[in-house]
Amino acid sequence: MSGTELTVIWAGIIAFAVVVYVIMDGFDLGIGILFPNFKVGPDRDTAMNSIAPVWDGNETWLVLGGGGLLAAFPLAYAIILPALYAPLIAMLLGLVLRGVAFEFRWRDPAHRARWDFGFTAGSVIATFAQGVTLGALLQGITVEGRAYAGGWWEWLTPFSLLTGFALLAGYALLGCCWLIWKTEGRLQRQCYSYAGRLGILLLLAIIAVSAATPFLEEEYYTRWLAYPGVIATAQIPLATLVISVLFFRSLSKKQEAAPFFYALGLFGLSLVGLAVSMWPDVIPGRITIWEAAAPYESQMFMLIGAAIMVPVILAYTGWAYWVFRGKVGTDGYH
Amino acid sequence: MMENDLAINLARIQFAFTVSFHFLFPAFTIGIASYLAVLEGLWLKTDNGVYANLYRYWLKIFSIVFAMGVVSGIVMSYQFGTNWSVFSDKAGPVIGPLMAYEVLTAFFLEAGFLGVMLFGINKVGRKLHFVATLAVAIGTFISAFWILSVNSWMQTPVGFAINDVGQYVPAAGWWDIVWNPSFPYRLVHTVLAAYLTTAFAVGAVGAWHLLKDKTNPGARKMFSMAMWMAAIVAPTQIFMGDLHGLNTLEHQPAKVMAMEGHYESHPDGAPLILFGIPNSKEKRIDYAIEIPNASSLILKHDMNAPLAGLDTIPDEDEPPVGIVFWAFRIMVGLGFAMLGIGMWSLLARSRKKLYDWPLLHRAAVVMGPSGFIAVLAGWVTTEVGRQPFTIYGLLRTSESAAPLDAPAVAASLLAFVVVYFIVFGAGIVYIFKLAAKTPEAHEPTPDDAPIRTAGITPAAAVLEGDHEEGAAT
Repeated sequence: MSGTELTVIWAGIIAFAVVVYVIMDGFDLGIGILFPNFKVGPDRDTAMNSIAPVWDGNETWLVLGGGGLLAAFPLAYAIILPALYAPLIAMLLGLVLRGVAFEFRWRDPAHRARWDFGFTAGSVIATFAQGVTLGALLQGITVEGRAYAGGWWEWLTPFSLLTGFALLAGYALLGCCWLIWKTEGRLQRQCYSYAGRLGILLLLAIIAVSAATPFLEEEYYTRWLAYPGVIATAQIPLATLVISVLFFRSLSKKQEAAPFFYALGLFGLSLVGLAVSMWPDVIPGRITIWEAAAPYESQMFMLIGAAIMVPVILAYTGWAYWVFRGKVGTDGYH
Repeated sequence: MMENDLAINLARIQFAFTVSFHFLFPAFTIGIASYLAVLEGLWLKTDNGVYANLYRYWLKIFSIVFAMGVVSGIVMSYQFGTNWSVFSDKAGPVIGPLMAYEVLTAFFLEAGFLGVMLFGINKVGRKLHFVATLAVAIGTFISAFWILSVNSWMQTPVGFAINDVGQYVPAAGWWDIVWNPSFPYRLVHTVLAAYLTTAFAVGAVGAWHLLKDKTNPGARKMFSMAMWMAAIVAPTQIFMGDLHGLNTLEHQPAKVMAMEGHYESHPDGAPLILFGIPNSKEKRIDYAIEIPNASSLILKHDMNAPLAGLDTIPDEDEPPVGIVFWAFRIMVGLGFAMLGIGMWSLLARSRKKLYDWPLLHRAAVVMGPSGFIAVLAGWVTTEVGRQPFTIYGLLRTSESAAPLDAPAVAASLLAFVVVYFIVFGAGIVYIFKLAAKTPEAHEPTPDDAPIRTAGITPAAAVLEGDHEEGAAT
């Protein structure tokens, strides 16, 4: 295998980790975002219990994304992280608040309302910061030599705020559809009523981000809109349209699992769109994946580990989800 | 330049603050996870309910510590890039893959099986649940393996070349890099430290409850198990710490000079300075209480062996002596105090008054936090002793930092301090509250959270009825 190919494989593995993170922790964070709307008592407890056994594993994909970037593309890690300092620190602190709330709300009934608030605040901050991070990366980063060369507010633009809000809508939709699938009764009815509105919100956000993206960089414009590439790229909005229709139909038919998977489909298409914009850069317009790549020996050594471990991880993660399959009752996992 | 220095110093404070908080939690989870595996294994083997009840008792505490370890750990994995980006760019090709292996082989294993461990006993049965507990315990160990390999490589870098853009890249085999010279010693020393930390925390909780009721079977069992650990592991740790020190002398002599407070070289045998006040201006130890030639005896196994001092090290390569000197003494002092408790417990056992010697129990309560303080002191010794380098002898800390403005780092540091004190402060209070509850024959489920009857205290439903006799013994 050549070094060029190996680097492409690593870009694929990290993209895979990011995709898995976004969809898996996406519904965890989405439940956090929606949490204040749920009735105190059994509804909130059920919503929390539906993700308590799996959130930690879901979050680990974020560590794989970050750690993998350091290992396979150290230059990209070294430029992107300082460039996005403020949103990343905010994300980390948000994840701290969100993560401890899972335990603390049970340990301290007298202050449960506070930890519930922390759960929501942490989820909202982490989600918004992740959206901002994505937008800031997409709009471009000032680089000189092997380092970030912008100020500490460079990330803040209308576009990055838009992607922040877009991700809030997206994660909330994922969380909502997860609860439709995993719960019943009042909580499920409540989520049905939210899902349609959140779906419309997400579609509007996707349209806004998609419309703005080609004008961020000339490269994006050509990648998306120049003939004949446009024949291929046009399939993405078309597929988005089809899945949206299927999504709303499944909602009106009161299907339980289908809305969640259609929502995942919408996310998947957005991420494919992101890949079309960026490929083959890791820092858009500045640094390609090959320029940022770690040496062959480093990537090869890790590839052996990833090739063995990722299937094993997927297997036991799948098993853990299987153990907790079915509806979450109000009396725990019986 | 002044501005730049300030930004770097703030980044150092932030890293020290976040890593110190973080390190407390894995030091505890490595130990409790193994303890829980032992308890559940003994329960499966003997069917004695006291083990199941202790399992449930400590599982509640474990789940809090583990959550705090996870969230504070994610901060660390990103902080290498946000604050030490030049280091990340340069060292990434060598240390990055080791950290990726940590994620792939340890983090996922722990996280994947944690859900089943905490919530799944009624779903999967006792045997499979034991497998989940074992997986989590093994995961904590694998995690320690990789991250300490990374840390050790920064202390004793080998097997690398420097490429044309200034990156450290793997040149020898990965085996050499992973098993770099200080790694085996650091691994054993740190894992034993985690076990001792847990033993003294568990011992203190057991002793606290024995002081109130010396017949409580749970308290007796946990105290006895903890004291066996103290008696066996404390002397082993002192022996291993000595070997680790000799390894450090070979590869990082300046660190040992700072630990010993040897500003001057001693051609005819160096004294062991027990106490004193390092005076960095005059480069001497004031008010030193010392044992002549003892340092040469310990480090060289020869009373008259010459030992070089910091006068042989250029000033700009010298670690901060005061911090290293004091941190080392705190660690060693606590180590010997632990040994003392361990020996005392053997004496108590031989006199059949292990559960009936309030002074021993009070001493064990006082020693409860000793492990946490000792691991932090040890960590400070080795990390500050590595200064002024991030990669020892090669890459300076001042040349490793990210190009950030001081106000940005100041703001993040402030945010970390506020959030960590509130969040982890609350977590530590909850741990104390749980530990203050008397271990009961039927470890209750939290009555305020009926939804979790099969949740956080998973053994509940399985145990009810089955093992009442056992639980009462």
